[in-house]
Parts: sequence; C-alpha cells; structure tokens
Amino acid sequence: MIGRILAWLTDGAHWQGSDGITRRLLEHLAYSLTTVVVAALIAIPLGLYIGHTGRGRVFVVNLVGAARAIPSLGLLFIAVLWLGPRLNGDIAFLAPAGIVLVVLAIPPILSGAYAGVESVEPNARDAAKGMGMRGGQVVRQVELPCALPLIMSGIRSGTLQVIATATIAAVVGLGGLGRFLIDGLAVRDTPQTASGAILVALLALAVDMVLALVQRCMVSRGLTGRYRTVQVFDHDADIEATPTAPLLQ
Amino acid sequence: MTTKEPKQREIMMKRTRIALAVTAVTALFGVAACGSGSGSNDPLAAGASAGTAVTGTVVVGSANFPESSLLAEIYAGALSAKGVKVATKLNIGSRETYIPALKDGSIDLIPEYTGVLDQYFNKDAKATTADAVYAELKAAVPATLTVLNKSAAEDKDSVVVTKETAAKFKLKSIADLGPQAKNLTLGGPPEWKTRPTGVPGLKKVYNLDFKTFRPLDAGGPLSVQALKNGQVDAVNLFTTDPSIADNGFVILNDPKSLFAAQNVVPLITKSKVTPTISAALDAISAKLDTATLGQLVKEVVIDKKDPAVVAKEFLTKNGLG
Amino acid sequence: MTWLRDHIGEVLGLTVQHTYLAGVPLILGLLIALPLGWLARRYKGLYLLLIVGTGLLYTIPSLALFIILPFLLGTEILNPINVVIAMTIYTVALLVRTVADGLGSVPDVVSQSATAMGYRRGRRLISVELPLAVPVISAGLRVAAVSNVSIVSVAALIGVQQLGSLFTDGFDRDFMEPIIVGVIACVLLALAFDGAILGLTRLATPWQHAGKPAS
Repeated sequence: MIGRILAWLTDGAHWQGSDGITRRLLEHLAYSLTTVVVAALIAIPLGLYIGHTGRGRVFVVNLVGAARAIPSLGLLFIAVLWLGPRLNGDIAFLAPAGIVLVVLAIPPILSGAYAGVESVEPNARDAAKGMGMRGGQVVRQVELPCALPLIMSGIRSGTLQVIATATIAAVVGLGGLGRFLIDGLAVRDTPQTASGAILVALLALAVDMVLALVQRCMVSRGLTGRYRTVQVFDHDADIEATPTAPLLQ
Repeated sequence: MTTKEPKQREIMMKRTRIALAVTAVTALFGVAACGSGSGSNDPLAAGASAGTAVTGTVVVGSANFPESSLLAEIYAGALSAKGVKVATKLNIGSRETYIPALKDGSIDLIPEYTGVLDQYFNKDAKATTADAVYAELKAAVPATLTVLNKSAAEDKDSVVVTKETAAKFKLKSIADLGPQAKNLTLGGPPEWKTRPTGVPGLKKVYNLDFKTFRPLDAGGPLSVQALKNGQVDAVNLFTTDPSIADNGFVILNDPKSLFAAQNVVPLITKSKVTPTISAALDAISAKLDTATLGQLVKEVVIDKKDPAVVAKEFLTKNGLG
Repeated sequence: MTWLRDHIGEVLGLTVQHTYLAGVPLILGLLIALPLGWLARRYKGLYLLLIVGTGLLYTIPSLALFIILPFLLGTEILNPINVVIAMTIYTVALLVRTVADGLGSVPDVVSQSATAMGYRRGRRLISVELPLAVPVISAGLRVAAVSNVSIVSVAALIGVQQLGSLFTDGFDRDFMEPIIVGVIACVLLALAFDGAILGLTRLATPWQHAGKPAS
C-alpha cells in the first residue's frame, strides 16, 4: 500500500494539468489564506474591542466552545443549498464554501484576540494611561503588541481549521487538495485518497511552521524574553554580556 | 486521634466519589452501546452479519443517490413482508465502494442497473440492447454473486444541456457536441472521470474532448444547480430525474448507445438466495416500469417524501407489501 | 418543523449511534492518553516526540483516516469500528498533551510533601497527582468530546449511519429540514457531552468547590 501511495505521489503526470497536485495545492492555499485573512479582519478588531472594553465577554467565551461543536459538513450543505441557487457562475461554488470557512475561522481568532488583550499586564496598561495615551492609542500601541502571541496562536488554530474544512468542501464541488480525497473515494482509488491526505497534512504542517516563524518575528522580544544578552544597569560592576534564554520559543 | 478520623472520612468520600464517577461513565456508555445494539443499523451487528453467524438476515445496501435508496427500501419492504429478516445500509457510496462491501459480506443485496454493472465487471462489454446486455451481465458476474430477473424499468445516464444551450448550438444528440466540446465544460459525478461510460467513453465513442470536467455529485442538486447557473455547459443526470422536466433541460440523444440498456436488476450474494427471496424480488421487477419509477423518484426528490414511505405505498398498491 | 415530528424516532436512533461513535473513543482515548502523558512527563525527550507525533496525527484529515483505516487494519469497509478507531487516534492526539500538562500543573511542593509523607511513586501518582490534574485533563476532555461529535458527522460520506447521515440525505434531495435538524442535534449532543464531563469533574474534585475552609 505504501508503495502504491509513493508511486502515485511521484508520478509526474499527477502533478501537471488542471487536475494536478500543483494546481490543487495552490487552490487550497488560496482558499485557506483568503478566508483566514477575511476572518482575521473581522475577528481581531472585534476581539480587541471586547477585550479592551470588557463588553460582550460572556458571549465570546461561550462562542468558541459552541462553534467547535458545529459540524462543518452540515454547515457546508446548508450554505450550498441556500446560497447556490441565488448566485450565477463560478461564484456559486466558491461563495457558500467561502462563507462557511470564514465563519468557522472567526471563533478561534476572536478568542485569541480577546484572550490576548485580557492577558496584558495591568501595569503596562496603567503605565500607558499614565503616559497620557488615550483609549485607541492604548489598544494600538500597548494591548495589540502584547496580545500578539495569543492572537497568532488563534490565527494558527483558525488556519488549521480552515485547511481541514476546505478539504471536506470538495464534496460540494470546491477544488483544492480535498478533490483527491473525494475523487479517490468515489472510485475507490485508495492511493489517490491517501496521497491527498498526506498532502493536506503536509500543507497544514508547512503553513503552521510559517506562521510560527511569523509569530517569532512579529512578537516583541520583550514579551518572549528572547534576548541575546542580559542588560544590567550597573556601570560599576564588570559584568559581561551572557547569552540567556534559548532562542526557540 | 480525633484529627485523623475526619481526614480518613474525607479520603474515603473522595474515593467513593471517584468510583461513582467512573461507574457512571461506564454505565452511560454501556447503555449507549446496548441501546445502539437494538437498532437495525447497529454497529455491533455489522461485524456479525459478515460471517454466517446470523443466518437469514439479508442486508440491503444502496448507492449514494435517492433512487437507489428508494429501490433498496422497496426490496427490503417486499422481503420483510415475506418474513425474511432484513437490515438496510443506505447511502454507501459509488459502485466502486459498495461492490467490495458486497464481496466481503457487509451487504448482501443491492439494486443495480444492467448496462453499467456489465461494464464494471466486463471490460469488453459490447451489448447495448436490454436482453443482450442482461445475458452478457449474467456471464460476467463474479462467482459469488448473481443477478435475478431484470425489470422493464430503466434509468440511464444521460448528457443534459439547458434549452438555451441546445438552441444556441443546435444540439439534438451527443454527437452534435463534437465541434463545440473544446469550449464547453462538462459536469458529472467524480467517478465519471475514469468510468467507461464517463469522460473516457465520450471520447472513445463520440470523440469529444471537453475543455474541463468538473466533478460534482451523482445527479444531485449540485449537478442541477451547476447546469442552471452556467457553471457547466453539459451535465450528467439520470433519465428518471424529475429536475430535467422541472427545469426544461434537454436530454441529448445517444445514437451510438454509449449508455447501453440500464434495466433495474437486483444484485445479490449467491449464497443468500432462497426461493422466497428470488420470488419476492422477481415480483417487484415484474411490476416496475420506467414511468412508475420516475413517478416514485419524483415523490422522493420533489415532494420530499421518505423513501421508506414511498416504497411502502408502492408495495401496498401492487399487493407486494 | 413537521419533518422532525414525523422522524423523531429516526433522529433519536441516529443520535444514539452518534453518541456511541463519539463517546467510546473518548474513554478509550483517555485510557491510552493517561499512561502516554505520564511517560511524556517522566522522560523529557519523550515529551517532544509525543507532542510532535500527536500534533502530526491531528493534521490528518478525518475523512482520509476513515477511508484508509480498513486497508491498514483489515477490517470490513463499512464497519463503524473504523470510525471508532480513527476517533480514538484523534482523541489520544488531543489528550496526550493535556495529560502531560495536567500532571505538570501539580505544584512541586505538593508532590514533595506527598513523598515526605511516605507516599511512594505509584501511590503518589494515583492519590495525589492525578486527582489534582483532573481539572486540566477534564478541560482537554471537553474539547475532545466536542470535536469528536463534530468530526464523526463527516463519516456520513463513507456511509456510516449517524447524525451526519441526515446531512447527506437532505443534500441529495435538496431538502433543508433534515440538515438543520442534524446540525442542531449535533450541537445539543456536544453540549450534553460537555455538561456530563463537567458534572463528573465536579464529582471527582470536591475540594474545588468545598465551602468553608477548615477552622
């Protein structure tokens, strides 16, 4: 079986053409990135607002739990049956699935943004207010940067969710790597299905690693303690710079 | 001494609570397992029917489209009326999925169509008329399986276009698509990409090279929607599909008989056949014709009635249930 | 909602099967994750290996695992046991890290006091560390339960009967009611699992909501 799967994956013909792995991979990436970006544009400001003002926090806390319970397959079918007939052209395939993907990606990102703002040290907030910053400035210059680790964690979680759901969306005619699973399932071509599965898993891992890298670059070193040297403000003592905490998070 | 006793009581209470919790959880799932065990689609009996342990129970399967479920319910209802123990496993998937299930004993009986089944078992299938196809099929079926009498009712694959497309390109038959095909998108179930009646067949018999093939579903709402919305120019629908008439679609003629005769026929594991079973199923095949089948499918798909209910009405009306 | 009224028996039957397919893996998964999580805690090298390994498992799309397992295990294609095993794998993948973190959340002071009181390692684990880890483990279990209920519905695509079958049946006939009923039933079932685990946790951790402190 492993042999057949490897044979399928290494077959050059499977990589080319409108049905090929390359095309499907790019489609899957496109669906995932677009929907996560849209979801983030909605969820991050909302989460920052809720965290900063404290309004609607009960709603957020319960939303994430409830959202995890919603079966994505059912939501996809409802969206296609309801929205499909109302649209024309290719958008009739993309829009329903796209909306469902965005809806499923919002809760983790929202939760991350909200939890991130909540976790900001009260002292930092006080200091900012003490420095004369007003509400909006506090959010932009203090809370947002401090919340970044949890926001990124929410984005990573949301992205994984989207990649997984986009795979199932092939059942309602979407392209992407899920096509190998569904088409393979239809004709019982197990090497194709297995290859599709492996590719999705690899894609998810790769994207997660890239996001982890982004997280490392974006998050301020003050938060992670990733200093190469220890700054000690004691000019009298003869203290050498020493490497401290490991660079890996 | 007095300080020790309350602590020991606390520890005992804690242990009791944990024990209670564990027992409750186990009991909960024990009940669920037993509860599911009494259902007709229970997971536990699935393994049992694989062997000959539970003799006499016939498991009727169906493919993943409503007409197949309807036919399966009709078969199940008729057998049940004659005292045979039945269980149903509906919506299994495409032929490539349920034939192995038939072979390994997960299911025993499934409604099929002569032409496509013949092509599935026989790579060199040539027959196109009803009786010739049936004879060829009988010869091609693997040793452990068999087909009973065929019905007059037919449901064929077809290539369907909208009224507008037919008018625009003056389409009456599939052959007329020839010059246009390279600009057109074809839609169909995912299995059409490789099936002899699908894309390869259209190329071999009619020399059609479509611009793209979009995998959709087995003649379901996705295919109908795609044709209506213009996402595909031609789509595979089943001839008994009520949506064709509902939407004014045009079925293109098949002069070269790519889609050979497709009579409804029961495919059953040979070892499960008994005189009662074959009599009951043959009686159904005798009473079923294309018009009736089309009407029944309409009730399931358009009127949204339960396949089981529609099946029961059919059987009662014909004295079979 | 006349459809629901006419089909309440069928929906309940599917719910029971869904409970079985989502619930049994929870128990099995927990039983497997407990020793694995303890091992991860005990041997630092194993921690990284297990976490990465289980993280990898979790990225495999559920549909793919359902399809491939019959080939790997030699089980019958339509046997729901494939779903149970696949869901157990996902549950273990989620819980190993939770168990390890849960055991890690027990303050060192407590473990050391237990040792000082004469508890040996085994008894300390069972009587002290595990009970104290229950809150964290139960939080992970609740997440696993809710995910399981949602993932099991995908098995409808391979013909396994559970609440997801309402989705495929409705979609095939362009029929919204069964799908909506199915979605609501799934959410309610997930809430029920969540509540049950929460309740059992409360039973198992009386000290967390004990009233007055000892005087």
